[in-house]
Amino acid sequence: MPKKKKEWIAMLLAGGQGSRLCSLTGKIAKSAVKFGGKYRIIDFTLTNCVNSGIDTVGVLTQYQPHLLNEYLGTGVPWDLDRMWGGLKILPPYQRQHGADWYRSTANAIYQNIDFINRYDPDYVIILSGDHIYRMDYRKMLEYHKEKNSDCTIAVLDVPLSEAGRFGIMSTDNDGRIIKFTEKPKIPESTKASMGIYIFGKDKLISYLEADDADAESSNDFGKNVIPSILAAGEKLYAYEFEGYWKDVGTVSSLWEANMDMLGPDPKLNLNDKDWSIYSRQDSRPPQHIGRLAVVENSVVTEGCEIYGSVINCVLGSGVRVMSGARVRDSVLMDDVLISEGARVDCAIVDTGAVVGAGARVGAVRDESIPLSDVPVTVVGSEVILPSGCEVTPYEKLVMV
Amino acid sequence: MNAAGLIFSNIHDTTIPELTRTRTMASVPFGCRYRLVDFALSNLVNAGITKVGIITHNNYKSLLEHLGSGRDWDLEREFGGIKILPPHITSYENTTRGQVYSSRLEALIAVTSFISECGEENIVLSDCDVICNIDLADVLDMHSRRGADFTIVTKRVSPAVRYLTPRATVILTDGDGRINDLAEYTSEDSKKAEIEVSMNIMVARKYYLLKLIEDAVAHGHISFEHDIIGRRLGEDKFIAYRHEGYYAPVNSLESYYRCSLDLLDPSVRRRLFGIPDRPVMTRHKNLPPTKYMTGSRVVNSLVADGCVIEGLVENSIVFGSVKVGRGAEVRNCVLMGDTYVGEGAELYCVVTDRNVIIREGRRLSGHETLPFFIGKGVSV
Repeated sequence: MPKKKKEWIAMLLAGGQGSRLCSLTGKIAKSAVKFGGKYRIIDFTLTNCVNSGIDTVGVLTQYQPHLLNEYLGTGVPWDLDRMWGGLKILPPYQRQHGADWYRSTANAIYQNIDFINRYDPDYVIILSGDHIYRMDYRKMLEYHKEKNSDCTIAVLDVPLSEAGRFGIMSTDNDGRIIKFTEKPKIPESTKASMGIYIFGKDKLISYLEADDADAESSNDFGKNVIPSILAAGEKLYAYEFEGYWKDVGTVSSLWEANMDMLGPDPKLNLNDKDWSIYSRQDSRPPQHIGRLAVVENSVVTEGCEIYGSVINCVLGSGVRVMSGARVRDSVLMDDVLISEGARVDCAIVDTGAVVGAGARVGAVRDESIPLSDVPVTVVGSEVILPSGCEVTPYEKLVMV
Repeated sequence: MNAAGLIFSNIHDTTIPELTRTRTMASVPFGCRYRLVDFALSNLVNAGITKVGIITHNNYKSLLEHLGSGRDWDLEREFGGIKILPPHITSYENTTRGQVYSSRLEALIAVTSFISECGEENIVLSDCDVICNIDLADVLDMHSRRGADFTIVTKRVSPAVRYLTPRATVILTDGDGRINDLAEYTSEDSKKAEIEVSMNIMVARKYYLLKLIEDAVAHGHISFEHDIIGRRLGEDKFIAYRHEGYYAPVNSLESYYRCSLDLLDPSVRRRLFGIPDRPVMTRHKNLPPTKYMTGSRVVNSLVADGCVIEGLVENSIVFGSVKVGRGAEVRNCVLMGDTYVGEGAELYCVVTDRNVIIREGRRLSGHETLPFFIGKGVSV
């Protein structure tokens, strides 16, 4: 196998804790959280890489990596088990002169400059493992080359009312970024950064080195590196992405993104054969829908057994909904058991949790409230709710 | 585990010509997401066997695609793993045995080198016509403990259940489980309350098996069961291992249909898929979860991933990526992968092979005793 230089490689930031996902990330990294019945959040970004022809992906891990490491393995499910390149897990490591945790996004990449240099790529694309979207990065790379850009940032047009939550770009008519403000109080534009950057390798390395040398810097791409590149007068361009994109960093956004899979014309359509999402799966028997079951407007996967009523739900593998149980507007992760007569509304029930007979979780969805404002109840992984208990909306349960 | 596996992928192909026209018996789709070879392979792997030869002689494209590198059964190994054994003709002895083998014995003769190169003490021979989840470690344990030359896995069945018996090999044992006789199923057997039949899963000591093969070549024998085993029952130690779990032989389209719908019985699923530490493994396909649309109704059915259900599905087995359109009614059917059922179509007791298209409003029906079969890629 010739060890040829690569045109581009991806660096995927997957070390985040995702503290706003509460108990869902108590024991696993944010990018390993289950999504859409069969997937984990990181599958979307990895699939984008593979479908964009990127064959070398460094995955930077730090927080609770065991499940993520096992899940990624040698990268087989994404066709990334390669002799030269492929998927490589990059945890923090010890050097000749000391050792350090990944302190921030830019610092994590900085600590892996040797990895990048090994493949001598012309370009490096920086990604994060906690967004749900389908994107062909090749188009962004073409744009980057066409503009002869030093750094290209993918942006999404967001409603003005939400712009304050993002890094906002102001551009000239050519798409060149003239101003970048992280979470502005009064947004000047609606072009929000998606946290996807393409750099020329040499530019990236020189700015990372400069950033690391700056004692004042908090070593964050959005806060420090991008503003300093802009201040230096380099060419930064905004690449406008159109399509579905969601940061699933909070309980309600995770729930909402799952709900986006439902309906006759879903915002997030995973049945597109030209862009299948790849994931690692166990062998489970087919799903069984019982005689008195009701399953409507829901997605259900392998190993599920449904005897009760499931409406507007996303079910992970091995979920059992017993007779007389009613589940609505909810996300049930793997191996959840909803016992006889239990009711679950507007909830995320994490892996292996048991809702006892006749228990009541969450409140009936008020159809007048928009999806993003629905109060979502979380039942943590392996939690066992006793029969007849009640869990009110917004309550967060963790395993003690 | 001190054993290697040997799977016969083509034996019994002729019993279901409808399904084996373009594939081996081993790659006949079954139970929403499996192929028959999955049961044989999973049984071997769950017993800790990591070297499996798969004998195949024709129609094996679908089998090779399904097996791939063996990764999905954890059989992608540096040492052992899956070895596909297609027919080959050597440069020196190519005329007399140049034809593709047709019997078990001819197949065994062809793979003698695989057997003799195995370092394992025992060889597990398995066909693909039986659906079961069996503890082969226990079979091997008994085989060794009793110092057997040859062990045949058997199942006691009632001849009254008609689909269990055609083409079965009936085994007669003494009280100690030693095999006295074996013969084809006859009308005499049908009068008995219970008979013991071979499950076509056997364990042989490697050197004993090689001796049998060598002997068969020397004498020009043809039938493994009758010429070889039959003649040696008195001299050598042949014992029966009685399987107590679920057993279903697939020996006709009718029995295929019956076995498929049997999966709707929770006790059958429990005995086949619910045994701890003995999962049935299969090739992993990247299918999205199945979508049940508003207005759909699914009753007592098994469904694989990747489907979109808008109509009614009742008492049916639905494979991956099947579409059932609005207002369509599917009852007592087996719909294989990528079947498309158009709006308002009505199907009753129909078995569709893969990639079948049933156009809008078509009405097709078979009967519980004889399903209506639609071949691969046909559109109605």
